[in-house]
Amino acid sequence: MTIIEILFWFLSALALFGALMVVFSKNPVHSVLWLIVVFFAISGHYIVLNAQFLAIVNLIVYAGAIMVLFLFVIMLMNMNTESEPQKSKWLRMAAALSGGSLMLILVAALKDNTSKVTGMFTAEANIGLIKNLGKVLFTDYVVPFEISSVLFLSAIVGAVILGKKENSTTHS
Amino acid sequence: MEILQIDLFLFLEKLLLIGGIITFSLVIAMYTTYAERKVAAVIQDRLGPNRAGPFGLAQPLADGLKLFFKEEIIPLTSNKVLFIIGPALAMMTAMLTSAVIPWGSSINVFGRDVSLQIADVNIGVLYVFGVVSLGVYGIMIGGWSSNNKFSLIAAVRGASQIISYELAMGLSLIALLMLTGSLSMKTIVEQQMSGGWGGFLGWNILYQPLGFLIFLICVFAECNRTPFDLPEAENELNFGYHQEYSSMKLGFYLFAEYINMFISSAVVSTLFFGGYDIPFVNETTLAASWGGNIVAVMGFAALFAKIVFFLFLFMWVRWTIPRFRYDQLMDLGWKKLIPLALANMLITAIVILWLNK
Repeated sequence: MTIIEILFWFLSALALFGALMVVFSKNPVHSVLWLIVVFFAISGHYIVLNAQFLAIVNLIVYAGAIMVLFLFVIMLMNMNTESEPQKSKWLRMAAALSGGSLMLILVAALKDNTSKVTGMFTAEANIGLIKNLGKVLFTDYVVPFEISSVLFLSAIVGAVILGKKENSTTHS
Repeated sequence: MEILQIDLFLFLEKLLLIGGIITFSLVIAMYTTYAERKVAAVIQDRLGPNRAGPFGLAQPLADGLKLFFKEEIIPLTSNKVLFIIGPALAMMTAMLTSAVIPWGSSINVFGRDVSLQIADVNIGVLYVFGVVSLGVYGIMIGGWSSNNKFSLIAAVRGASQIISYELAMGLSLIALLMLTGSLSMKTIVEQQMSGGWGGFLGWNILYQPLGFLIFLICVFAECNRTPFDLPEAENELNFGYHQEYSSMKLGFYLFAEYINMFISSAVVSTLFFGGYDIPFVNETTLAASWGGNIVAVMGFAALFAKIVFFLFLFMWVRWTIPRFRYDQLMDLGWKKLIPLALANMLITAIVILWLNK
C-alpha cells in the first residue's frame, strides 16, 4: 500500500466512525466534538486530494467557528440526557426511513458514475491550490460566486435586523 | 532507503527538527514564566524570584516540579474524559503553529540542505489562522467539563472573545496578503529580505503599520493576555476556566498561555518584522564570505531577538494596562478594530492599484 492509500483508508474509517458517534452519543456535547473529528477527517481527505485551501477553510469555518457556536449554545442550555425530551417511536422510525431512502438514492446516483469521478482526478491535479482556485472562481464561475456573496450579504443583514429588533423591544 | 516512499533522511531530518522545535518552545516558555516575574518585579520595584539558584534561575524548574508532585484532583461531577482532554488540547493547539514558521534559512549538514522550517505549505498564513481558531476548544472543553458555573462563564467569555477578535485579525492579514501576494510564510520572509538597506526597507511593518497594530491587539486578545484576560479575570470569576484544575493539568493550561505568547511573537516577527532577516546586512554576500551555516544561525538569532522583544512587550503591557470591561472588549473588537481593518484593507487595495504593483 502506498502512503496515500493508507491515509485514505485511515481517514475514511475515522470519518465514518466519527459520524456514527455523532449519532449514537447520548451527550450532545460529545456529539458536537465527534462532528469536529469528522470535519478533521474530511479536511484530511482534501489534503490527500491536493486541495489545501479547501482543507484549511473547512477547518477554519466549520471546526473553528460554526462548531464553537454549536458548543456554545449546547453548553449554555446545559442539555442532559435526562432533561432532553425523547422523540416518539413513530418519529424515530420515520427518521430512519427517510434517512435510509436518502442513502439509497445517493448510492444509486453514484454507483455508475466512476467515469465522472476519475475525470475529476485527471482534469488538473493542482486545481485545489489557492492560486488556481482563485483564478477559476473569478473568471469561469464569477456569476455564481457573486450571487452566493449576495446571498451571504442578505443573511448578514437579516441577522443584524433580527438582533436589533430584539434590542429595541426590550429597551422601550 | 525509503519508508513508505519517503526518503529516510528526510524523515529523520523532519523528526529531529520537530523534536528540536518542540523542546525549544517548551524551554523558552518555561523561562518566559521566570522573565515575566522578573519584569513584573522591575516594573513594581521589587526583586522578583531570587532564591532558587543564582538569580532565581532554577525557579521555573522548582515550579514545574511542584506542579508535577501536587495531588491531582478530578471533580466527582465533572465529565472525566473531557476534563483530561481539555488541557491536552490547549497544549496541542499551542504547539501546532510552530510547524509553518520559518525559523531560519537552510543549513548545510553533511552535504544536505536542511530547511529550518518543518513544513513550507503554500497556505501557511491560513494554517496559522486555522490553528488559532481551534485554540478555543481547550478553554471551552475545560471550562464546561469542570461543571462549575464560574468555569462555564469563563469558557463562554473566552470563546466569544476569540471568535470576535479572529475577524479583525483575518481582515488585517488580508491587507498584508494583498501586499505579499503569497500565503507561504517562507515566501513572505524572502520578499521582505529582498528590500533595500539589507532587507530593512522590505519589512512589512513599514507598509502596514495600521495592519500591524490591529494584528498585535488581536494577538493579545487571542492569547488571553492582559488587558484582555477576561476568561481568567480572578476578581470576577475566581480563577476562570481552570478553576477546578490542579496539579500538572493546571500547569498545562498556564504553560499553554506562555507557548502561545512565544509562538505568536514568532508569527508577528515573521509577518511584519522580516522573520530571520538581519536588518542592514545583506545575507547573500555575507554567506559568500562567512559560509551559509553561520549566517543561518545568525538569522535565527535575529528572529529570536525579535521574538524576545515581543515577549517583553507582552509582559510590559500586562503590568502597565488594567483589564478591560467585557462590553468594552466587545466594543473594541466589533465597532473599532473591524471597521479600521476594513478601511486599512480598502486603502491598501487602492494604493496597490494606484502604483500598479
